[in-house]
Amino acid sequence: MEFTRRETLAIGAGAALMTVLPFRANAAVDDLIAEFTGGADLADAGVELTAPEIAENGNTVPISVAAEGASAIMVLAAGNPTPPVATFNFGPLAASQSASTRIRLAGTQDVIAVAKLADGSFARTSKTVKVTIGGCGG
Amino acid sequence: MISRRDFLQVSMAASALYGASGFGNWARLAAQQALTQDQLLEFDTFGNVSLIHITDIHAQMKPIYFREPSVNIGVGPNKGAVPHLTGADFRRFYGIDDGSPSHYALSSGDFSALAQGYGRIGGLDRVATVVDAIRADRPDALLLDGGDTWHGSMTCYKTQGQDMVNVMNGLKPDAMTFHWEFTLGSDRVAEIVEGLPFAALGQNIFDAEWDEPAELFPPYTFFERGGVNIAVIGQAFPYMPIANPGWMFPEYSFGIRDENMQAMVDEVRAQGADLVVVLSHNGFDVDKKMASLVTGIDVILSGHTHDALPEPVLVGDTIVVASGSNGKFVSRVDLDVQNGRMMGFRHKLIPIFADVITPKPEMTALIDEQRAPFLDELTEVIGRTDSLLYRRGNFNGSWDDLICNALLSERDAEIALSPGVRWGPSLIPGQDITREDIWNVTSMTYPEAYRTEMTGEFLKVVLEDVADNIFNPDPYYQQGGDMVRTGGLGYSIDVSQPQGSRISDMTLLATGEPIDPARSYVVAGWASVNEGTEGPPIWDVVESHIASMGTVTVAENNSVEVTGL
Repeated sequence: MEFTRRETLAIGAGAALMTVLPFRANAAVDDLIAEFTGGADLADAGVELTAPEIAENGNTVPISVAAEGASAIMVLAAGNPTPPVATFNFGPLAASQSASTRIRLAGTQDVIAVAKLADGSFARTSKTVKVTIGGCGG
Repeated sequence: MISRRDFLQVSMAASALYGASGFGNWARLAAQQALTQDQLLEFDTFGNVSLIHITDIHAQMKPIYFREPSVNIGVGPNKGAVPHLTGADFRRFYGIDDGSPSHYALSSGDFSALAQGYGRIGGLDRVATVVDAIRADRPDALLLDGGDTWHGSMTCYKTQGQDMVNVMNGLKPDAMTFHWEFTLGSDRVAEIVEGLPFAALGQNIFDAEWDEPAELFPPYTFFERGGVNIAVIGQAFPYMPIANPGWMFPEYSFGIRDENMQAMVDEVRAQGADLVVVLSHNGFDVDKKMASLVTGIDVILSGHTHDALPEPVLVGDTIVVASGSNGKFVSRVDLDVQNGRMMGFRHKLIPIFADVITPKPEMTALIDEQRAPFLDELTEVIGRTDSLLYRRGNFNGSWDDLICNALLSERDAEIALSPGVRWGPSLIPGQDITREDIWNVTSMTYPEAYRTEMTGEFLKVVLEDVADNIFNPDPYYQQGGDMVRTGGLGYSIDVSQPQGSRISDMTLLATGEPIDPARSYVVAGWASVNEGTEGPPIWDVVESHIASMGTVTVAENNSVEVTGL
């Protein structure tokens, strides 16, 4: 029996996604963070990142970031060919310092958020988002 | 002053003692051949609230055999913890005597012999008797259905879940959450849910387009029982569009969303909830982790991973209750709630021994009414088995070995893949195999048995991907199924390794040669989540294979070598 073009495409897409696994934070990401912070130390607390543990669709992954009093939050997808996703800037009159968007992830990788806080210090958090080929749920 | 935590632990110890004595009694009674319905139902009504939990029925309305797993590996923080104890280890942990009714109902080992003695288990007409008895003790007890209810049999498939809806309505549940129900397609789910006489809950069921809570599925509902304001929060299976075909319900998004769970717990507490119950389809290890991160939950009624535990597991101040699958068990949880605090609990996992518990006649009639239009098809004998046919186990089960053999021969393939689902009753040696039995282990709305080519490299990617869904040390990355079953393909797996490094020594069993990453292999499988998959339904493939064999014998499967335990 032949298999349909659609099946071939689906399998091919899965293969393309998976053969480049696993992604890891690389030197370029460290450089981008250093550029954003000017090399300042990064605290663990002060910025929140909400993202699914496992992406339902790697092409459009909903994420949101929040950091009370922040003037800017940078989001990086460490494993994408182009890691910078967005930098959200908040003016002094902003009612809240949070933002939501959808991002495309090339595979399982860490999404990183770095915030410039009100006192000028920086905070960093990250979350691993898995992109899987699926199937087989109990 | 005794803190709440002390209270819980004291009552936990009391519950353990109670459970232990109850179990000992069963064993002695069995030795005297005197297991009775009164003994199974015996319960000293406690406190002011009763919860009744049933989950993962998978459309099993009639009594069945169901063998619990002998291989169920825990990783990371759950290594060696329940529910990852099996067989004799499980029995030693809970003080269950070998050969006792609890051995048969709760653990693997000597299954075929014990099944002859103790008979079938489950049946929703027996469940009805148990629910009625609990309601006789406590008329306002809450009955909560953890989902995976409208899936898993021929009649459920052919009526698009209507048979189970009708029968469950006969039990009068108070709330429900969901998983496989969504594979009926979102239109059908909406049609049923809009007519349900009880709450359809899911704090993690979101609108996919706007990422906002879905209107059809409220996050929680309140019940006033025994003067206690009870909030029940629903938690649907988090990974539905990944583990099942998302294209069948594209309007919905899921996920664990524990931040939203915390927000909902805080919201119901602010609205005056004295008791917070989460009706969950997360799976047991995910629920344990959620209980450790979200504060303010008193009880998690846990489903999805089909674990049956004779005692709740305590995580902080939260008790996590696991009530098995396929209609085998009902959990009764009595709670003492005072001044907005859970002060203690008493719990019993009640096994539904079908020959011991009297069926409720009205429910038997209701069940038979659903089956009547299909009875001839259901009962047709296709073959016979000389082997125990079961599914549960992390790597293989004899039902799936038989299904893989059917795929290899009927679809002329070198390698077969069968999904690692955990539903599907067992058959004991000497039993006829009816068409119903075949559907019970294959029924689903995406049954196409595909035939395709995959390279050795891609096969490894598939095995690594699925293995990480089970053996990722962080439960939040686990999807709650078992390993994809392979036919014609052997491999070694080191469960302690990260994704990409677990699988090795992949071997084409027909020739004994190593799998060549560059070569293409003809692969047959079923239950693909991809839209547009083509092939005959898997139940036809299996039926044809069994019919041609007549009597089925499944050899022991040693094709997967497991290390890193």
